[in-house]
Amino acid sequence: MSFLSAQGILIFFLIGMFVFSLFSEQFLSQSNMMTVVRQASIIGIIAVGVTVVIIGGNLDLSVGSMLSFSTVLVVDLHDKIGPTNAILIMFALTLMIGAVNGVLIGFLRLNSLIVTLAMLSAIQGFVLIYSGGQNVDIANQEGTWFAFFGRGYLGGIAVPILLFAVLAILVQVVMSYTGYGRRIFAVGGNPMAAVYSGIRKNWCVFSTYLISAFCVACAALVLGSRVMGSQNNVGQGYELLVLAGIILGGTSLLGGAGSIWKTVVGVLILGFIQNGLLLMGYPYYIQWIVTWVIIILAVWLDLANKRKRLLTTHS
Amino acid sequence: MNASSTQSRQPIDAAPILELQGITKRFPGVVALNNVDFDVRPGEVHALLGENGAGKSTLMKVLAGKHQANEGTIVLGGQEMAFENPKHAKRAGVVLIHQEQSLVAEMTVAENIFLGSLPRKSFNRVDWRKLREDTNAILERLKCGFQHDDIVGSLSIAKKQMVEIGRALAFTPRVVVFDEPTASLTDHEKPVLYDVINSLCEQGVGIVYISHRMDEIFHLSHRISVLRDGEYTGTVNTADTNEDEITRMMIGRSLTLDHASKPSEFGDNMLEVRNLTVKRVFEDVSFNVRKGEIVGMYGLVGAGRSEVAETIFGLRKPSTGDVVLDGDVVNFRNSHDAVVSGVALVPEDRKDQGLILGMNCRDNMTLASLSSVSSLGFMTSAKEREVYDKYHQAMKIKTPSWRQKVGNLSGGNQQKIVIGKWLHTQPKLLILDEPTRGIDVGSKSEIHTLVKDLAKSGYAVLVISSEMPEVLGLSNRIIAMYDGRVTAEFDGDNVSEDALVQAITGMGKQAQAS
Amino acid sequence: MMSIKGFFRGKTVIQPIWVFVIAIFIFFSFMSEYFLSWGNITNILVQTSTIGLIALGMTLVMINGNIDLSVGATLGLAASLAVGLQEFSMTFAILAALGSGMLLGALNGLIVWKTGVNAFIVTLGAMLGVRGLIFLYTGEQSFYAMNFAFSDFGMSTVGPMPTLAIIFLVCTLIMHLVLTRTGHGRNTFAVGGNPEASIDAGIRLGRHMMINFIIVGFFAALAGVLLASQMGAATPNLGRDYELWVITAVVLGGTKLTGGYGSIVGTLGGVLAIGILRNGMNLMQVPAFYVLVILGAILISVLIIDKKLNAPSAKEVRI
Repeated sequence: MSFLSAQGILIFFLIGMFVFSLFSEQFLSQSNMMTVVRQASIIGIIAVGVTVVIIGGNLDLSVGSMLSFSTVLVVDLHDKIGPTNAILIMFALTLMIGAVNGVLIGFLRLNSLIVTLAMLSAIQGFVLIYSGGQNVDIANQEGTWFAFFGRGYLGGIAVPILLFAVLAILVQVVMSYTGYGRRIFAVGGNPMAAVYSGIRKNWCVFSTYLISAFCVACAALVLGSRVMGSQNNVGQGYELLVLAGIILGGTSLLGGAGSIWKTVVGVLILGFIQNGLLLMGYPYYIQWIVTWVIIILAVWLDLANKRKRLLTTHS
Repeated sequence: MNASSTQSRQPIDAAPILELQGITKRFPGVVALNNVDFDVRPGEVHALLGENGAGKSTLMKVLAGKHQANEGTIVLGGQEMAFENPKHAKRAGVVLIHQEQSLVAEMTVAENIFLGSLPRKSFNRVDWRKLREDTNAILERLKCGFQHDDIVGSLSIAKKQMVEIGRALAFTPRVVVFDEPTASLTDHEKPVLYDVINSLCEQGVGIVYISHRMDEIFHLSHRISVLRDGEYTGTVNTADTNEDEITRMMIGRSLTLDHASKPSEFGDNMLEVRNLTVKRVFEDVSFNVRKGEIVGMYGLVGAGRSEVAETIFGLRKPSTGDVVLDGDVVNFRNSHDAVVSGVALVPEDRKDQGLILGMNCRDNMTLASLSSVSSLGFMTSAKEREVYDKYHQAMKIKTPSWRQKVGNLSGGNQQKIVIGKWLHTQPKLLILDEPTRGIDVGSKSEIHTLVKDLAKSGYAVLVISSEMPEVLGLSNRIIAMYDGRVTAEFDGDNVSEDALVQAITGMGKQAQAS
Repeated sequence: MMSIKGFFRGKTVIQPIWVFVIAIFIFFSFMSEYFLSWGNITNILVQTSTIGLIALGMTLVMINGNIDLSVGATLGLAASLAVGLQEFSMTFAILAALGSGMLLGALNGLIVWKTGVNAFIVTLGAMLGVRGLIFLYTGEQSFYAMNFAFSDFGMSTVGPMPTLAIIFLVCTLIMHLVLTRTGHGRNTFAVGGNPEASIDAGIRLGRHMMINFIIVGFFAALAGVLLASQMGAATPNLGRDYELWVITAVVLGGTKLTGGYGSIVGTLGGVLAIGILRNGMNLMQVPAFYVLVILGAILISVLIIDKKLNAPSAKEVRI
C-alpha cells in the first residue's frame, strides 16, 4: 500500500503508457517518444525553475507572461541588433524581472501568490506596450543560426530536449549536492528554523526567482527560435500548465520538499497523456479533462496515505 | 511566612464537584501522567503546581477532552464521564481557558463568545438583538471595559482572555480551568481577573488554577496540589502551608546534579552585554559570560530571557545598548553574522525554531555549517557522514539511521541533534534556551554533563532555564530575570532556593546578591 | 431602525480602496468631459458586472480561506450552455447554465471538503478540465444566439438604468447581507479566521466551504449567461483569465488570501477601481495595455502599504 502510494504517479504513468500502446502502435515508437519530449521541453524548462521556487516555499505565476515578454523581445531584437545581442539583452531583462519578483517576495516579504499575479498582469501589459499589440517575427528564417535552439539537432537529439535535460540535471545537482540547494530546502521546510540556523532566508528566496527567470529565458530562446516569430500573448496560461506538471510529479506546494526528477516525470506525463489521447483519435482538449482527474487523484492519494485514511473527518 | 499567606482562605468543606481518579496517560516513549488523583470542590480555587514538564497541562487536557486517558476515571457531579472531544466536555460544563487563544481575531466580542452557537431567526439570519442581550448579560458579570461589538483582534491580551472567559460563561460552567492566565497580563490587569474568579466561586463554580507565581497562588487559592514528573505528590490547604513546603513538594530532594563537577577555571570575558534594551520587551540588561564559565539565566516564561538571547543572536533589533563579543562591539544585524562570528543559539522551541522536521538527521546536523562540509560549493557526502557520526557517537543519539526524519525522533534525541548542529560550528559562545524542556530524565542528565564538559574545554556558555535544579546544578553564576529586568545576580554555588524563587516571582525585588 | 453603523456592522472606517476609487473618479472627471455623463457611469457598471458578480462569490470563498481558479471556465461553460441549449427552450437553457455552475461549484467544494486537497490545486485542475468540457460540448465552435429576446436582454434598461447594472447592484446588496447578517456568513469568517477553534466550537466547516463554492459557481454561471446575452454569442474561450481579474479585484478590496477577513463593500470598491481605470483610460485614449501595468503596480503597492501599516513591532523576531 505504501509502495503503491509512494510510487502512485509512476504506476498511473505505466498503466497509461500500456493502455496507449494497446490502442496505437505508433505510441511507443522512438520517433513518437522524441516528439513528445520535444513538445514538452518548453513547459519542462520553465517547470524546472518554478520547482525551485516552490521548494523554497513560494509560488511563481508570472512565468507565462515572462515567457511572452522574453520571446517577443528576442524575436523582435533579432533583426534589429543581431542574434547575439538580442539573446544577451533578453537574458538580462528577464533576469531583471526575476530580480523584481525576488526583491518583492524575498526582501519585502510580500505574499508570492499576489505579487506574481500582479506581475503576470504588469508584464503582459509591458509586452503589449512594447509590441504595440503587433505580433513580431524574424524576416530571414533560413539564414540565421538562431534557428539552432528550436529546430537544431546535436548528435541526433533535438536541441530543445538537450537544453531541457541539461537544465534539469544541472538544477537537480545544485539542489541535491550543494549547500545552496540544502538551504533552499531548509527555507521552504521551516523558514523560522532556517533563520535560527544562520541561513540568509531573504537572499535564498530572492535567488529562487532568478533561477526561475533564467529558465524562462531559456524557454523563450527555444520557443522564439522554433516559431521564428511570436504572438504577444504566446505564454498565456503556461504558468498553470507548469504548475499542473509540478503537482502531478508530486512536489508539494507547501515547500521544503520535492525534486526536479519528479517535475520532469510530471511534465512528461502531461506530454504523454496529450500525445496518447491524440493518437487514440481523441481531440486535444480531452487531455485537459484527463489531467483534471489525474491531478486531484494524485494529490489525494498522497494525502490519504499520510493521514492513513481516505477522507477527512470534519463535517 | 509572609503577608500573602496569612490572607489565604480556609478550605471549603463540600463534596467535590469533580474528581479525577488514578489518571494515567502515556505518549509514545513517555509516561506523562502516572496514577494521578485530583479533585475540585464547588466554589473553591484549587491551584495546581509543578515544574515545566511535570504534567499539569496534560492533566488538564485530559480533563477538557483534548486527550483521552489510558487509565483512570473522571467523575463530574457524581457521574462518570468519558470526554471524547473538547465540545463534549464543554457541554458537560468543563471549560479550559487556553494559554494559546482560540479566538477569531477579525470578529466581534459577541460573535466570539457565541462562536458556533449564534442565535438565529428565520432564513438563517443572526438574531443580533438576542446576541447583544446575551452578550451584555455575560459582560456585566465580567465587569470588563469593552463592548459586545468590539473587534477581538483590537483588544489587549487581558481583554482577549476575558472574552475566552465569557465564552466559558455562555455554557454555564461547573468547572473552569485557568492555565497560566496571568502569564501575559500586566499588574493592573490582574485584579480584574481575580475579581472574575472570585465571582465564579461565589456562584459555586469549581476553579482549577495553574500558575508558577507563588504570590498569586497564595492570594487566590483554597487548596494546592503538586505534580512532579507526572506523579501526584500531594494536596495541602493553602492556609496551612508556606512557600518552602510547596517548593519542596515541587522540586523534591532529588537534586541529582553534581555541584562538584562544575567548571572552575575561567578566562577573559567572552560575552559582555551592556545596558541592552528592546523597547516594551526587556530593559537595561547587563551581564557577562567568561570563557569556560556557565552562566544561568533564571526566570519565568515571559520574563524576557529568550528575547535577550535572540537579541544577542541578531534576531531582534536592540533599541539601545551593546553586545560585546570577545572584546569587539558586534551588535549583529542578522543571525548569519552571529553564526559566522561564533555565536550559537539552541533555541527554546525545538520544533519551530530548531529543526526542519521534514529533513533527515544528518541534513539537520550540518545545516548551520554547510561550508565546512563542502568543497567548491558541493557538499561531500563523506564529510557530512563524518560530522554526523562524530556527534551521533559523542552524544549517544538513538536513531535507526541518519536517514531518519527528525520529526520521528523523541524530544531528547531531537535536542541532541540541535546541539550537535551548533557544536559543529565551533562557536565561541554557546547559548542554550531551555535545553532540557520536555525531554526524558536520561537525556536530560546526558545533556547536563555535556554542557559542563563543553565549558571545561573553554566554551563560554549561557543557559536559560525555568527549572531550578538545572540552573543550580549547572551554573557558576545565576542571573535572575523578572518582567523584562535583571533582578539579581547570584553565585551559583552559594545561593538559597528561596532567594532565587523570590527574585524571579517579583516578590524579591529588593533581593541582594547573596 | 437601521443606522449607518448598524448597516456596516460597526465598521464605519472608510476602506482605502474607496479612497482610491473616489480619487480616480475625480481625476477622470477632470480629464474627460464625457466621463461624468450618466451614460458612461452606467456603462462602467455594465462593463464591470461580469467580473463584479464573480467577485461577490469569490469574496466568500476567500474569506473562507479557499480560492477558486475555475471561475473563468465555469463562466465559459455556462455561456455556451445558455446559447447552445436555446433550441430546446430559453428557460431550460438558462436554468441548465446556472445549474451547471452550481454543480461544478458543489463538486469543487465536495472534493476540497472530503479529500482535504488544497482548493488551489482542486480548482486549478477544474480550470483545465472544465475548459475541456466546453470544447467537448461545443466542438470548438462559437454559438450565436438566434433568439433576439436573449440578446436584447443584455442591452435592455429599466428606466434610466441598464438591467445588467441593476442585477449586479442587487446581487451585491444580497451578498453583503448574507455575509454580514446570516449564520452562514458569520461562520464563513470564523472558519477562515481560525479553523481549529471553529471545529472545536462545533461549526460544520466542510458544509460552509461547500456552500460558498456553490455560491461562486452560481455567480460565475450567472455572469456567463449575462455576458453571452450582451454579446449575443458564446465562444469556447470565453472567460479565459477572468479568474485573475476577479482575484485582483477581491484582493484590492482588502480581502485577505489567508482567510477570515474581507467584505463585499471592499470588493465592490475593487471591482469599480478596475472598471473606472479601464473606462477612464480608454476615454483618455490611453492604450488598454497600460491598464494592465497600472493594475499590477497598484496591486503590489497595496501589498507594500499593507505590510508597512502592519509592520511587525519590536516584539517580533526579524526573520
